[in-house]
Parts: sequence; structure tokens; C-alpha cells
Amino acid sequence: MITLYDYELSGNCYKLRLLMSFLGIEYKTVPVDFYPGREHKSEWFLKLNPLGQLPVIEDGGLILRDAQAILVYLASKYDPSGTWYPRDNPDLLGEVSQWLAFADSITATASAARLHDALFYDFDIDAARAGAHRLFRILDEHLWFGEQQGRNWICPAGHPTVADIACFPYIILSEEGGIPRQDYPAIRRWCDRVKRIKGFTVMSGVFPAGPARAAA
Amino acid sequence: MTSKTAFKGNTMTKCSDPVILNLWHPVGAIAEAAPGVIQETVLLEERLGFAVEANGEPVVWRSRPDLRWADQVPSVDRLPARSAYGYVWTSLGSPPADLFPIPEYGEPDRRKLNAATFGVNVSAPRAIENFLDMGHFPYVHTDILGVEPHTEVKEYDVEISVDRDEILATRCRFFQPMASTASDGGADVDYVYRVPHPYCSVLYKSSPVDEARRDVIAIFLQPVDQEHVRAHMLLCVLDEDNEDKVIKRFQQTIFGQDKPILENQVPKRLPLDPRAETPIRADKSAIAYRRWLSQKGVTYGVIPAAA
Repeated sequence: MITLYDYELSGNCYKLRLLMSFLGIEYKTVPVDFYPGREHKSEWFLKLNPLGQLPVIEDGGLILRDAQAILVYLASKYDPSGTWYPRDNPDLLGEVSQWLAFADSITATASAARLHDALFYDFDIDAARAGAHRLFRILDEHLWFGEQQGRNWICPAGHPTVADIACFPYIILSEEGGIPRQDYPAIRRWCDRVKRIKGFTVMSGVFPAGPARAAA
Repeated sequence: MTSKTAFKGNTMTKCSDPVILNLWHPVGAIAEAAPGVIQETVLLEERLGFAVEANGEPVVWRSRPDLRWADQVPSVDRLPARSAYGYVWTSLGSPPADLFPIPEYGEPDRRKLNAATFGVNVSAPRAIENFLDMGHFPYVHTDILGVEPHTEVKEYDVEISVDRDEILATRCRFFQPMASTASDGGADVDYVYRVPHPYCSVLYKSSPVDEARRDVIAIFLQPVDQEHVRAHMLLCVLDEDNEDKVIKRFQQTIFGQDKPILENQVPKRLPLDPRAETPIRADKSAIAYRRWLSQKGVTYGVIPAAA
């Protein structure tokens, strides 16, 4: 069985819990006391991931770190429909990879702002917030133009991909870093669509969609 | 800028509420303080330094960038300091001789942990009110502290205890699917709430492992300013099976669910005018809390009622 080294309040860990919930994969969790215990910097954890970062998974002897890399692995291995990580469509795959990298930038800004405000990390809060707003503006425009073309998801496909999962957590948690989403209506609509994907699950700080019609 | 002028600039107290200035306030968890290492924090808009010395004695002072070791702090610059319930406490005024009691903390078989210290963008009184509220359990802590259709807040008792100068809510009862890490299913759980300090509350709830005793969970709010707190969460529970990190994770999950609710409260300060917000019967303890703050003359972190 897959083992997820997990911290409940981590958006990066949540990405994997989300995908595994969408795919209906069973897994077991090893809690890591990221805060206040800093267990991700402990000797035993550094053996799993010398970078000292969450998440990490173990699956049949394979140890993998990095949320985006793990999304790619899990979707490639466990999604029989092949839609979450569309390996047979090079154009689409290129776009998925592009937005996976974008998700990393969201982590470097929106997640950093949240760590500053809630867990007292010594980051440049103004730079983190400004960086997040710049990314949110870009994504909001991209999603708005997509809606005009009948595209509901970040990448041009009739279904969500791991790019949606990778971008979702630190956007939906952005207010905890003092980054409101008022000015990003297309992002807000997309967040609601993500919440209505079958198998969606919440984490602390994320609430389910209201009882409205399901996404098409 | 020399450190001297920086220090001078800090000597003026920014909070002018004497009730709040004269209280003991928590500034950090002792378990997370390496001996002798200086930590910086903010209390009532004042930058403070604090450290726990090798002998366990806490030292707190108004921040001085020129100091590298706590033992360099001249005694005249030190603020009142004490350690209690696993935290360092200090005061910017003349604090009372004693801090409110939590006798259960002395019981040797309890697990005593700082679940976490989280920064929250809200006033301390708003956070206390949320802590006292049972009505939100099924909606915010779904499948843990509550679940639909068990949404009713049954009649409970509230008193302001004159001799102890604290609020006491008793006979609180709520159906909880998973009351703690030691639970093995849903149960009707008894609660008692105390508010023994304007910014601190102590909750007692039935222990799943011992019918005769109660778990103790306390929230100690460190007011950074009127609309920001550091929330310190003390766990003092009966649980022989779970690792510390599992017990902490449970409480952090709960608090992480409350956080966006707290941060979206408008206004961020607690209005004390009884007509400012419309309470329902379930808010009895909140009404008593607001009245108690008014009676004490608290002005910091609240919107006082018009005279």
C-alpha cells in the first residue's frame, strides 16, 4: 500500500490526498510533526528526503518526493482513464507540465505568505503577496479566456488534469496569507468547479462547495 | 539607527488599556525554546525578546537588538516573567501575584502538549467567543466535533463567578462523532467552559478513556495588536496510546478549520454593545463574556459600548 508522509495543514500534502481521493486509491498516512516539531528536518526524515520537505510517498520500495512529481507518478500509474496525466497527448502534456511549474511558483509565493502569517516564518511578506497576486492575475485571465471558449479547466481538455490539483490548494488557502481572491472571479468559479469534482475532499481551512448543481 | 534609539522608541507603551496591560500574557511555548536562545515576539504592539535559561527560568525584556544573550539583559530592563502551563508569560504592567489556576495540569498521568502556536488575523476576544461556541461544531468540524442532524445546542448554564472572577459555562452537552484521538465512535460529550482571563479560556470535556475525568484543552491568546493574535493551544489530556504528534495533529486539524472563520469575522474587534450583533439562545456564554469584558472596562481588541 502507498504510504504518504503527511502534515494535515500542508497544501502540498493535500494535493496528493486530493488526487488519491479522486482516483479512489487507498493509502496509509504517517503523520509528520512539521509544526511545531520540525520533524521534516529530523534525521529519520532527511534519510527519506534530504531536502527536508513534505510530502514524500513510499510505494512498493519507490520513495518519491515533490508534490508535482508525485502527482505525475500516481496519475500515470493508478489512473486507468489516463485523463489526469494524459501521457498519449504531447501537446496537452506540455501544457500540464507548464502549469505544474506554475504551481511551484504559487507555492513559493502564496504558500510562503501563509507560512509567514500563521507559522511565523521569516519571509519577505510584501514580496510574497505581490508575487502571488501577479500569478493569480495571469491564471485568472487564462481561466477567463478559457471560459469564453468553453474550457472549464486549466489545460485544454474536457476534464481536469493534475495541473488543476497542483494549483488548487495554495490558491484556496491564500486568504490565510493575506491574499484575497476578490479580484479574481474566474479563479473563484474554477475553485468551485474543482470542489464539485467527484471524490473531492477537504482539508483544514477548505470548505466543500455549497449545495448547487454539479459541474458539467 | 543605533540600537539605543531603537530601544528608546520602544519604551512608549502602545496599548493604553490598563486592564489588559496589567494582565499576564503568554509569549511562547517552553517546549519549543532551546535553552538560552533568544526569541523575538510582539505583545500589545511592543517588540519583546525572551529566552528560557538553562535552569528553566524565563527572561523577558523589551527588544534590544544589541543583546545576544538573555543573561546580558540588565535586571532593570526585565519585564515580569513566569512559566506556567508550558508557556512563558509576561506583562507590560503590574500583573497580579497569581495566574488563574488549572489544577489538572498538576496530575501526573496527563499528556501536556503545546498543540501549536498559530498566528491568526483576528482580535483575541473574537477568538475566545468562537472557542466558547458549540453551534458551529457540525458545520465547521464536520464528522469530528459534530455532524448533522445533531445540530441543537441544548440548554446550558452560565454564571459569572464573583469570587473567582471568571465565566463558567456548565451542563453543556453535544453529540460528537470523534471527540478526541482516544475516541472509538460517536458519543454525547459533556463540556465545561471557563474564561478566567479576558484572552484565555479553558475547556473541559468528557474523557473517552475515563468516565470520571475530563480532558483539558486551553487556548491562551497573545495579543500581537488589536486585530492579530498568536494562539497558543494547551492540551492536557488522558491518552495512553497515541504519539504526541498524533494528539497535536488532531487539535491542529480542528484549529485549522476554525481559522478561516475567525479571519473572516467583521468587524475584527468584538463589539460590546448588546445591540451590535443579534445573539441566539445558544450564545449565552458569549453574552456573559461580552458583559464581563464591559464590566471590567476592557477597551483593547473590542469596540466598547457607547457610554
